[in-house]
Amino acid sequence: MELRSHSVVMDADKCIGCTNCIKQCPTEAIRVRSGKAFILTERCIDCGECIRICKNHAKKAVSADLETLKQYEYRVALPAPSLYAQFKGEKPEKIIAALSQIGFDEVYEVAFAAELTTCAIHDYIMNQRQTDSAGPYPLISSSCPAVTRLLQIRFPSLIPHLIPVDPPYITAAKCFLQERLPRLNIPREKVGVFFITPCPAKITDLNNYGQHLVDGALPINLLFGGINHLLVEKELTAVPHRSSGIGIGWARAGGENSGVGVGSALAVDGIQNVAILLEELELGKLHDIEYIEALACPQGCVGGALTVENPFVARAMIQKLAGQYGDKTLPNEVQTLYAELIKESARFFTHDKVVHDKSVLRLDRDLSKAITKLNRLEAILAKLPEMDCGACGSPTCRSLAEDIVQGIAQLTDCIFILREQLVELAQRLLALAQIRPPAMGWNNEKGEGGE
Amino acid sequence: MSQPRVLLEIPVEGNNFTTAGEAASRVKRTLQKLGIDSALIRRVSIATYEAEMNIVIHAEYGKIVLQVDAGGVTVLAEDRGKGIPDLNQAMTAGFSTASDRARAMGFGAGMGLPNIKKCTDQLEIDTQVNVGTKVVMKFTYPTTS
Repeated sequence: MELRSHSVVMDADKCIGCTNCIKQCPTEAIRVRSGKAFILTERCIDCGECIRICKNHAKKAVSADLETLKQYEYRVALPAPSLYAQFKGEKPEKIIAALSQIGFDEVYEVAFAAELTTCAIHDYIMNQRQTDSAGPYPLISSSCPAVTRLLQIRFPSLIPHLIPVDPPYITAAKCFLQERLPRLNIPREKVGVFFITPCPAKITDLNNYGQHLVDGALPINLLFGGINHLLVEKELTAVPHRSSGIGIGWARAGGENSGVGVGSALAVDGIQNVAILLEELELGKLHDIEYIEALACPQGCVGGALTVENPFVARAMIQKLAGQYGDKTLPNEVQTLYAELIKESARFFTHDKVVHDKSVLRLDRDLSKAITKLNRLEAILAKLPEMDCGACGSPTCRSLAEDIVQGIAQLTDCIFILREQLVELAQRLLALAQIRPPAMGWNNEKGEGGE
Repeated sequence: MSQPRVLLEIPVEGNNFTTAGEAASRVKRTLQKLGIDSALIRRVSIATYEAEMNIVIHAEYGKIVLQVDAGGVTVLAEDRGKGIPDLNQAMTAGFSTASDRARAMGFGAGMGLPNIKKCTDQLEIDTQVNVGTKVVMKFTYPTTS
């Protein structure tokens, strides 16, 4: 299935065609043609790397805004734990208070839902040990939707490794609807549920799989100014909050693993690092690892492309907060609620969504046509300089060769080839210019003659 | 007219652990471009990686040759090196003659050839002591694709 709507889009007016973004894209999904970048949507995983790299801010994330809130009678914020790392040491209870002031009637913390998710992942891993010890190991977390998409595009053979436990932002919405909505006595359609997101990938995921759960996503950088103003200017009364250090810790790379607490787990962050690790995994190089937490953004969700604070500063902040709020054991309230929820529905925390192999990398549906194209591609590549300069608008010489084979580029798009052809043409022009007709006074012997 | 096929030859350097794995990665990327079934690509990738590592760990130099046509995928791993004195023993899980250096890096667990056998549909090994080894791995396409 093709994604209905990507959150990452181009702002063509701002694009100067500089080609910086094309090399940063982990799925080679961007090309520059006629002076403007464009996104090959079937390859885009909405990781936001291009938003980060673009100096002209020509890539942006489409999201809801504060105006959208006005459509609802009762407004609920689901803040990602990474929000707590944005305000220079301000405590979650103050940040939640500020959310109430900017237009939300209720706050349901994703950090709290992350603790329920922690229980669900732990149980899934334990069950897996008992049911299928040969299983598709290592298991891979489904918490980062950009990583899930990366698997679909570049590592489809690893799709069976993904565990079907929903990410915390989905669980937060489900829990709000299950736990809180019935007590409000307001019809669902009058309640607006908004996820406060650090990244575009989660917006896209919600656009496609969470429309019944969430009514919109608001980027952290969109709300930052308003919240910061309140924190600095107003005396806010701290409001009680439910999350412990375990849920807050999910905002940084390694936080999920630390909460889940299985022995041989590893955490990898940054989309290029994730791709390198998955490449090794696909070659069968990783042994004795049971669980992989893989996050597309540097330092984890705190490094999301829609956050404000520096990822390293934010990560340190999260670690500090997690320590202060207790990150050693899950609060009893969490364990009780988790038990209740799975008693009501054994599959409350898991999904049966099929993650498809996108097969967008293949040259042709037909094998013999694909073989012919591949041979042509290799022959074209042999002529190219393999300097991967990007001046043609494709990220690498190999991708230019592929674009030529697929009919969306031509050989002279390569500035080195173009220059070679110009030199040949100039030499031919010169040779022709030197041939003079007999009427001009001498014979046409090459290189001879005079006045 | 002969049927279209892809033929790719990739050199492999003995004892170079920095470039080790690049041939298998290239084979994998090529098969992805051809739209081969991903579970089959996984088997080919793992078998090719193990065969490549065998060259890196045990041989002086060698090559990986990938051939793809309508009939299936064949990977040939050929090297100049010490050869395998006792093939039956080498096919036994856990047996290894890898150097201390290779073992220190986590290689040489004695799972190379057994793993290759597990991943391939047809396996031929031709080896001669102090000359080299030739491993031919054949894979057939799943019937429903």
